[in-house]
Amino acid sequence: MKVLVAVKRVIDYNVKIRVKPDHSDVDLTNVKMAMNPFCEIAVEEAVRLKEKGIATEIVAVTVGPKASQEQLRTALALGADRAIHVETDARVESLAVAKLLKGVVDEEQPDLVILGKQAIDTDNNQTGQMLAALSGMGQGTFASEVAFGDGVEEGEVRVTREIDGGLQTVALKLPAVVTTDLRLNEPRYAKLPDIMKAKKKPLDTRTPEALGVTVASGLSLLKVETPAERKGGIKVGSVDELIDKLKNEAKVL
Amino acid sequence: MSILVLAEYHDGQLAAGTAHVVGAARAIGGDIDILVAGDDIAGVAEAAARLDGVSRVRVADAPVYAHQLAEPLADLLVQLADDYSHVLAAASTDGKNVLPRVAALKDVSQISEILSVESADTFKRPIYAGNAIATVQSRDPLKVITVRTTAFEPVADGAAAPVEALDIVVSSTLSRFIGEELAQNERPELGGARVVISGGRGMGNGDNFKLLDGIADKLGAAIGASRAAVDAGFVPNDMQVGQTGKIVAPDLYIAVGISGAIQHLAGMKDSKVIVAINKDDEAPIFQVADYGLVGDLFEILPELEQKL
Repeated sequence: MKVLVAVKRVIDYNVKIRVKPDHSDVDLTNVKMAMNPFCEIAVEEAVRLKEKGIATEIVAVTVGPKASQEQLRTALALGADRAIHVETDARVESLAVAKLLKGVVDEEQPDLVILGKQAIDTDNNQTGQMLAALSGMGQGTFASEVAFGDGVEEGEVRVTREIDGGLQTVALKLPAVVTTDLRLNEPRYAKLPDIMKAKKKPLDTRTPEALGVTVASGLSLLKVETPAERKGGIKVGSVDELIDKLKNEAKVL
Repeated sequence: MSILVLAEYHDGQLAAGTAHVVGAARAIGGDIDILVAGDDIAGVAEAAARLDGVSRVRVADAPVYAHQLAEPLADLLVQLADDYSHVLAAASTDGKNVLPRVAALKDVSQISEILSVESADTFKRPIYAGNAIATVQSRDPLKVITVRTTAFEPVADGAAAPVEALDIVVSSTLSRFIGEELAQNERPELGGARVVISGGRGMGNGDNFKLLDGIADKLGAAIGASRAAVDAGFVPNDMQVGQTGKIVAPDLYIAVGISGAIQHLAGMKDSKVIVAINKDDEAPIFQVADYGLVGDLFEILPELEQKL
């Protein structure tokens, strides 16, 4: 089966972000960028499906500026067969990304689409669900296990989902959309020879216009602020002092 | 303006978060309806009808809505959405699963995890793991919104609102429920607990998490964990507090053997009082802790349990 994996270029998760002085957005100049951690898990899952002989081809896709091709090359180094870059410099909200991805889904006709559950910049947790809705597919969000043939019928995928309070297992008719949670797998690192080979793998470019999608959104970002700082606390010297402070000063015990 | 709130429930009990979402709906203003969808959910509908400020409860009772699968629930919400200016749900795993699907089917944006209502179309929400707060405005005719429940006060119980049965039964062929496995836990739910005590990599192993049990029992606390503790296999991931786990804002949060990585702070830094117990006095957790105690947790925890 053909698997489509969507990846996003985001600020590296270890970077402490700065808000621009004019409060228009977060300052991304000269900041280390990387593949979104949940997207790494998505790529890893696709590669494991190929190693198990279930997936026959992995296509990686991203939406974003020219520089996002770095993240596609990373996906190729990790095991994707080819890549599609939907190039736009516009600020694209989740709904527009979902529409662009639907355009790619319509062209590629994958059997399974894997995305991360959320990107760590916007923290939206929307794109996979929206893509499933627009493509008329079932959705297995927050997946901690993806299986075939194991208790489900031919033409279905079994997805175990992380829900508040535990796990839920569903069967989805293929083609379907799966979004990854942390526990799904532990992503591998790209090896140097694979990084070199990835440079030769095919990478096609599309534009929103060619896919017939307008990226305009009904949402505007009015302001970005730094959250209120917590005021510095104190260190106490003993358990007795801690209990006393919690009882008599903070009054939470 | 009229607002539809999707009720959340577990084991036939209305989830505490729904009262918080109604609190957010009241901040927007307008008539507030609650949708209860499921199979055999009369008790949930009665509890929802008692929430103060609710105009009516609409009940979709059919087997297809059992287990809150996204596909049928979204189709139901789409059929109801034209009567409303806003559709709200808690930013729980259920709300996050269903609402973006509804928004896409209605061709509008979805606004995730709002922290405050600035006006009926303008909201604040956290981005970058809570390290920045964005103010966003929606010009869409329908606002589809998930609510961070800890950011809004719950409404109290009031007079019972009328309950109305809906006869919309959608068909569902895209997905089917196979089973669920819920964590056995007699303690309060992590998201709603007044006190949370969490362990990190410093706990050393899963067995040592038992050191937190006695303290949690005495304080009526829920037990959480950092991503490091979950990744190390000490505890199951549904205990994880952080950007990729649960967001909590209890009155008292006790972080034990947790360094305080950005990822973890995103999940707990809105707690009223934070206590850190860590042997490394340089640990970043001390920068957000109201009370810090530097020392060996294996000595401190038993002493704390005994003296509480």
